[in-house]
Amino acid sequence: MPIQETVIKRVAVIGSGVMGAQIAAHFANTGVPTLLLDRVPKGADDRNVLAAGAIAKMLKGSPKAFVNNAAAKHVTPGNLEDDFDQLNEVDWIVEAIIEDPDIKSDLYQKIDAVRKDTTIVSSNTSTIPLSRLVQGLSDSFRQHFLVTHFFNPPRYMRLLELVVGPDTKPEVLSVIENFSDHRLGKGVVHCHDRPGFVANRIGIFWMQSGYAAALESDITIEEADAVMSRPVGIPKTGMFGLFDLIGIDLHPKIDASMASLLPDEDAYHSQRCDLSLINQLIETGYTGRKGKGGFYRLNRADGGKVMEAKNLKTGDYAPVQKVDLDCLKAAKTAGLSGLLNHPDRGGQFAWRVLSNTLAYAASLVGEVADDIVAIDRAMTFGYAWNAGPFALIDQIGVADFVAKMTSEGRAVSDFLNLAAKVGSFYRSHEGNQQYLDVKGDYQNISREDGVLLLEDIKRKSDPIISNQSASLWNIGDGVTCFEVHTKVNALDMNVMDLINHAIDVVSKDYKAMVIYNEASNFSVGADINAFVELIKQKNWQEAENMVAKGQSTFLAMKRSPFPVVAATSGMALGGGCETVLYANAIQAHVESYLGLVEAGVGLIPGWGGCTAMLERYASNKKLPNGPMPIVTAAFETISTAKVSSSSFDAKDTGFLRPDDGITFNRDRLLADAKTRALALSENYEAPEIAEITLPGPTGQTILAAAVRDFKARGLATEYDVVVCDALADVLSGGQTADVMAPLSEEDLLALELKNFVGLMKNQGTLDRIQHMLKTGKPLRN
Amino acid sequence: MQKNVVIAGYVRSPFHFAKKGNLARVRPDEMAAQVVRGLVEKTGVNTADIEDLILGCAFPEGEQGFNMARIVTFLAQLPISVAGTTVNRFCGSSMQSIHMAAGAIQMNAGDAFICAGVESMSRVPMGGYNPMPHPGLAADYGQAYMSMGVTAENLADQYDISRQRQEELTVISHQRANDARQSGRLTDEIIPIVNGDIIISSDGCIREGTTAAALADLKPVFRADGSVTAATSSPLTDGASATLVTSEAYAKANGLPILARIKSIAVAGCAPEIMGIGPVSAIMKALNRAGLSLADIDIIELNEAFAAQALSCVDELALGGQEMDMDKTNIDGGALALGHPLGATGARITGKAAALLKREGKQFALSAQCIGGGQGIATLLEAV
Repeated sequence: MPIQETVIKRVAVIGSGVMGAQIAAHFANTGVPTLLLDRVPKGADDRNVLAAGAIAKMLKGSPKAFVNNAAAKHVTPGNLEDDFDQLNEVDWIVEAIIEDPDIKSDLYQKIDAVRKDTTIVSSNTSTIPLSRLVQGLSDSFRQHFLVTHFFNPPRYMRLLELVVGPDTKPEVLSVIENFSDHRLGKGVVHCHDRPGFVANRIGIFWMQSGYAAALESDITIEEADAVMSRPVGIPKTGMFGLFDLIGIDLHPKIDASMASLLPDEDAYHSQRCDLSLINQLIETGYTGRKGKGGFYRLNRADGGKVMEAKNLKTGDYAPVQKVDLDCLKAAKTAGLSGLLNHPDRGGQFAWRVLSNTLAYAASLVGEVADDIVAIDRAMTFGYAWNAGPFALIDQIGVADFVAKMTSEGRAVSDFLNLAAKVGSFYRSHEGNQQYLDVKGDYQNISREDGVLLLEDIKRKSDPIISNQSASLWNIGDGVTCFEVHTKVNALDMNVMDLINHAIDVVSKDYKAMVIYNEASNFSVGADINAFVELIKQKNWQEAENMVAKGQSTFLAMKRSPFPVVAATSGMALGGGCETVLYANAIQAHVESYLGLVEAGVGLIPGWGGCTAMLERYASNKKLPNGPMPIVTAAFETISTAKVSSSSFDAKDTGFLRPDDGITFNRDRLLADAKTRALALSENYEAPEIAEITLPGPTGQTILAAAVRDFKARGLATEYDVVVCDALADVLSGGQTADVMAPLSEEDLLALELKNFVGLMKNQGTLDRIQHMLKTGKPLRN
Repeated sequence: MQKNVVIAGYVRSPFHFAKKGNLARVRPDEMAAQVVRGLVEKTGVNTADIEDLILGCAFPEGEQGFNMARIVTFLAQLPISVAGTTVNRFCGSSMQSIHMAAGAIQMNAGDAFICAGVESMSRVPMGGYNPMPHPGLAADYGQAYMSMGVTAENLADQYDISRQRQEELTVISHQRANDARQSGRLTDEIIPIVNGDIIISSDGCIREGTTAAALADLKPVFRADGSVTAATSSPLTDGASATLVTSEAYAKANGLPILARIKSIAVAGCAPEIMGIGPVSAIMKALNRAGLSLADIDIIELNEAFAAQALSCVDELALGGQEMDMDKTNIDGGALALGHPLGATGARITGKAAALLKREGKQFALSAQCIGGGQGIATLLEAV
């Protein structure tokens, strides 16, 4: 499908509450001019105060709603009295006001009076049926109306639930779906017009079921959250942590709303329970993280900071206890089934809540969405579960799941029985991933047009070359994909070996190489464990070899006769960042967190990170002329271990070049990188050896003085000074550099190596590395 | 025979915080040109008679480069015959402009000079874009490049200037500047700066209602265990100033409004690590050359680069038997409140001292300031 980005040129969001404001921010992130309108509060001097205040709050808040401060300029605050007529200039209006059908309906009537015939209107409602929303509205309005349900926070949560009515024009859906997919980067799930749509229908059931189960059991909330999180592939907030995050005050309203909207036979009713504890929390201001606390609270009494948890039986708070349940050990050794079959209170709780929830999900196929794929996607994108309900049942084993249900005398739906008979909800068949449809037939899972996933390629083919740390795949049209697949994608010498091997292979038989993987982080850096062992053994030569090998590998990659494109997503830190910097071009997912963070472990970038940043700043037209600005810019970025908060921020910082690409939809990253690689491969010439003019010792003098000033001000530690001096030596070009004698990349890499090796011999560096490995936090020595 | 030299006009732009203030978007050459134009219009000097535009600037590069003085002669639409030179003595740059004009007049090398100064600390960073100190000197004698804040801490230590005393001076500076502004005593010297549709006509750094209690909460900014805070340091500032310096005979013959006669001038070096003490020896030289003592001086403009620095000068002078009367010093506020646009400060305080001499009807005035790298500069004025 061609990208129909010309259709949506301006948008408006009405309602500057948390969701409305952040939806507007995410539109702004894509560069689309966005009008954010809200009421005029009585007696307000600034009539736009609500929308303007929301924008100001987002610029300060965390997690960041905007990809950089410049993005905020694309949102224009306004109000519903003075600026309403401007709605006739926009192509898409998102309504995100109070969940009251009459108030919404009234607003729609007014919008219908001013909007262009072609303007699309959507509601971010989470509870009100579309059919109710469009009652009494014009044909044209109903044809251009749909529900677009975003999840909080909309920049980061991938799910967008789309619901259309019987009158919604197919091309309206197609325009919105296309824009949401390509530009907003959303994972679109088509939902039926049923209460709670898909994700919340199951998510609310899961939370309510868990709450009821916890009340009836003697499990503590710490235990419940420890069980109902990572072991199940659910975020570590668990269940009670999620109540606190969402806001406890919402739950009684949601519970009542679901109960009133769902038919009598719906299993939700059986999970409802006494909410007096929740009501008591709300009444005392414990509405969750936005209030004084919730099921958890931070007790700051007596100047301390103690995390406390609510005791569900007594209603008292007590310091959070470390969870020690055998079922968690069983989960580690025997996986999900080990957890669910364990007889202790944790295992029983997990089985009760999960079996209820998964069985409920199985009963909803066809009811809330067409198929299990949509339901699983909704839970992975909207609730950040690693696996959706059906993938979870497959993990347990459908037959085992059904047998256990049956042994407990519980009813099992026809669809579950069907799946038990054929074996699983998903299967791999002739290289295709298939899912079970409601009739009991397997269907290929189709990808959106233009989506290219390594997961699919790996299912269908064998790697061109491979070792235990990395593989090279053929992704078609002469393009290869280099995939690192170590733990947390740490880079080791096997990776370097395979890059060198890949350079030979690709040079001979292919046009280009993309560096990419589908883990949550591109790479968190070099394998520090191997390195620390060498330091402990004082095996300096081997340690030096490791650094030198990384340098020569990256340099060979950069100067290879074919283009290399790094397709980065999530964190690319330290050596991971250097991998990206040494690619000939970068295609970055919008959520890319790049950083040269070596200073945190008492080192400097040694695989060319210093050199690459100098090269980037030397060609950065925004910096003033002369040899010093590039040095100070690189020094600031590296000495403070700055990590970009988005790929736009990475561009501002200089990790990305101005012409590097940014992809919003994670599933389109590989395809975009491949397109970029192919374009570059036409008449490709490897880059010439870079030469950089650096100031030499005078530069080091300035940086050394700056660091000592920082130390005097209490902003840098003693060992920071040592690390910064080594960094300053590299960045200023070393002791013999002179403005009349530019340095080559090789000269600078040699300086990096020398200073890296110098630092690694210091006890201060070893202390930092060991502290980091032990605590995950930098040591301030 | 030697000609007498007079100051026959003084104006300045409003002073505003660098980066966040109203002048951040104004180029320094443009700002200087508007102030020079304002001086010409205010004094009514015949521009064809002007020999030279001498423009002080501490970091003459970027927009402050290209021999900015010459550029300003064009921007200010001075006759093509007026020459232009840019002078750098760091913070003493525009007082140096006045001294150079005085010397030239006495050499019979011209009768009328515009002695101006400008600094956009928003647009050209302190230290410039490419600070490249001599590495050997830096290694052997690092104080040559020492940061100004550290020199202030050094003085606070050496002269035992308590944080409380620094804050008291800061409060007084703001109170006096605010009173002067409120009562309109600053209006006369300010040339509004026009930037597109915006006219910037009043000072931006002065804080009304500054209290010692509010200042006491601030953290030290240069040394974790130090006493110098952002409030007791002059702020990074954008601004420009200009004076008209002529021979006394020329001023009288042309009916120019004479403010003061220059009686003596001096510069002096001192240890760079306590550069803030530089005014002391410069003041002593100027007093000796005029045959006066500090007790004879009615009006003093002592630049407040840092409260600790200014107070150290006061204490050091007192040790030498020269008591500085603080009731005569910086009577319309000092740089702690008004701001310190490096290259513009010297012409401001000297022009101000001259204007105050006339306004207050007194006999002798003194302006003095410290200079990074370890120097002081002073100008002694007398009523005509």
